[in-house]
Amino acid sequence: MLRSPRTLLSVGSAALLVAGLAACGGGTTKDSASTSGGGAPAAASADPNAPLKDGLKIAFLPKQLNNPYSDVEVGGGKVAVGELKGEYKLVGPNDASASSQVSYINTLIQQQQNVIVVAANDPNAVCPSLNQARAAKIKVISFDSDASKDCRDAFINQATTEGIGQSLAKMALDQAGSNGGEIAVLSATPNATNQNSWIAVMKTELAKPEYAKLKLVKVAYGNDDDQKSFQEAQGLLQSYPNLKVIVSPTTVGIAAASRYISSSSYKGKVAVTGLGLPNQMREYIKNGTVTKFALWNPADIGYLAAFAGAAMASGQISGAEGEKFKAGKLGEYTIGKDGEIVLGPPTEFTKANIDQFDF
Amino acid sequence: MSDFWKRRLTSWDTIILAITVVVLVIASVTVDNFGTSRNFTFMVLDLLPIILIALPMTMIIVTGEIDLSVASTLGLTSSIMGWLWNQGLSIESIIPLCILVGAICGVLNGFLITGLGLPSLAVTIGTLALFRGLAFVVLGDGAVADFPFNYTGWVTGTIGGGAVPNVLILIVALALVFGIVQHATPFGRSLYAIGANAQAAHFSGIRVARTKFWLYVVSGAIAGLVGVLWTLRYSSARADNGAGLELAVVAAVLLGGVSIFGGKGSLPGVLAGVVLLTALQNALRLEDVSGQALNIVTGSLLVLSVLLPNITTAVRGNWQRRKLRQASTAR
Repeated sequence: MLRSPRTLLSVGSAALLVAGLAACGGGTTKDSASTSGGGAPAAASADPNAPLKDGLKIAFLPKQLNNPYSDVEVGGGKVAVGELKGEYKLVGPNDASASSQVSYINTLIQQQQNVIVVAANDPNAVCPSLNQARAAKIKVISFDSDASKDCRDAFINQATTEGIGQSLAKMALDQAGSNGGEIAVLSATPNATNQNSWIAVMKTELAKPEYAKLKLVKVAYGNDDDQKSFQEAQGLLQSYPNLKVIVSPTTVGIAAASRYISSSSYKGKVAVTGLGLPNQMREYIKNGTVTKFALWNPADIGYLAAFAGAAMASGQISGAEGEKFKAGKLGEYTIGKDGEIVLGPPTEFTKANIDQFDF
Repeated sequence: MSDFWKRRLTSWDTIILAITVVVLVIASVTVDNFGTSRNFTFMVLDLLPIILIALPMTMIIVTGEIDLSVASTLGLTSSIMGWLWNQGLSIESIIPLCILVGAICGVLNGFLITGLGLPSLAVTIGTLALFRGLAFVVLGDGAVADFPFNYTGWVTGTIGGGAVPNVLILIVALALVFGIVQHATPFGRSLYAIGANAQAAHFSGIRVARTKFWLYVVSGAIAGLVGVLWTLRYSSARADNGAGLELAVVAAVLLGGVSIFGGKGSLPGVLAGVVLLTALQNALRLEDVSGQALNIVTGSLLVLSVLLPNITTAVRGNWQRRKLRQASTAR
């Protein structure tokens, strides 16, 4: 087939063309390119005494539906929207992927929502559509998992990133035993903004002298899928049989890892800790697989996000540092650097206090 | 009504075109915010990957083969694009290189299917896994996101800020090229011959193997181009981009009336099928129909699309036989 001179000619010229274009060089490269564009509309002036508007359409777009943690979060948001006398809407993909979120953002723009509250699956992939939403006068509040800061108006952080990372490292140290040893992390999706920032803080903590006994051998990704997380937990124990602690900064991961450990021969020898929902983890705390884990009330995040969105849509705040607003039963909040609003410190759960919580 | 018109009007292509137009009209009238220029842009962006990949896919299915590796080629191209970008290459060099990568993937498919004579279903399922795996080897789990704004903006933007998306020009141009080749050239006619009976086609002088080979190369190259466009649209190069897209493309092609057994089907029908699927999904999502219900609707449409042409052919066959019997008894 290649023997025909005509084919050879066409293939050859195509190859030359490509080589020529490639050798051209001097085009737009990573260093020369400008990536910012169509970005933040200029911050409007804020009037803290503006009344909260009624009937605001507030839509929630968590990382994915069918996730118990997201369900609690948006549940809190629904309560808040009820108190605000607004219209609540919940949409989301079934898989925690960024491109699916983009279609939903587009739909919400078309439906002319007033506020979009989003937990980004990838901080950058959702950026172009979020900026389109902001250009259409929709306020964008990110919660739980941040989007890139030039495409959202404010970010509700559950606790300070530093606080969560330090708490994870400390719990690992406490449960590794007096001789320390190997620890591993079982995270969510590889691009998740929140998990990645907490793991980064953890690694900085682990480099400190008081953590010298601990060695982080691997960060595995369970994609917030129960079955995959279960398999990754199995994989970790197979590759590192001397593992002392599995730290899982995601409620799906910690539940799957605990389920695996509690039904295996590693129960009692390998500790599982991280961020978990009390209702999911109750049986593992009671049967001794897990001694301590932490979280905050996810419902409060959704609640705070709804109030922040309403305050912004009513013109009370604009996302600038130092502005204050009232968030219903949670009280007054001040906006921090880069539009970040921190909910509060994490709570640690143990056998002693787990029965006090129902979420 | 003459026989010619009866045949034309009851052919599946016309039916699908009519259904598409009806759905578009009803949606514009009843669904809030459907008939706006911004929604039009969203819809065009949503159907961009499906319609472009459906163009060579129609030709491949008409010849009786299939190519399920297109989405993985898209992913591999996206990964390589991200990797090359991180290495510092200029975007002007990366884009043609990525299309070439897609073409190479097509060469592999073509060689295995026509050179070694392996069944296309098995081969492309294998390369589906192979290319996706290679994509993960190249870029791992991460993503590359800092593509230049003038390129990403072009893909998501419109002409002069108006109502016509920039990518629509690309879609129309490629659809015209493929449409003309398929329906107005000897090469296009040979596809139907191959699909109807590959042996007979071979004996009448059509180079079956060579035709199929080049179809796969073109399919790969287009998948590569779509990989570039996808990456620029979401400004995110990831190894898992486009996962599952091949099923949406095959569904749209079948909905457009192309027979899965080969030898029958037309490009306008496929274009109508893609528009119908995308418009329906868009409209239902605007009406807050859940993702699961959307899947049910799409799946039922697909089953209908395979069932109905068979029923209409059977009905028409019956009707023709009755006419023949009447004609013979009338003598």
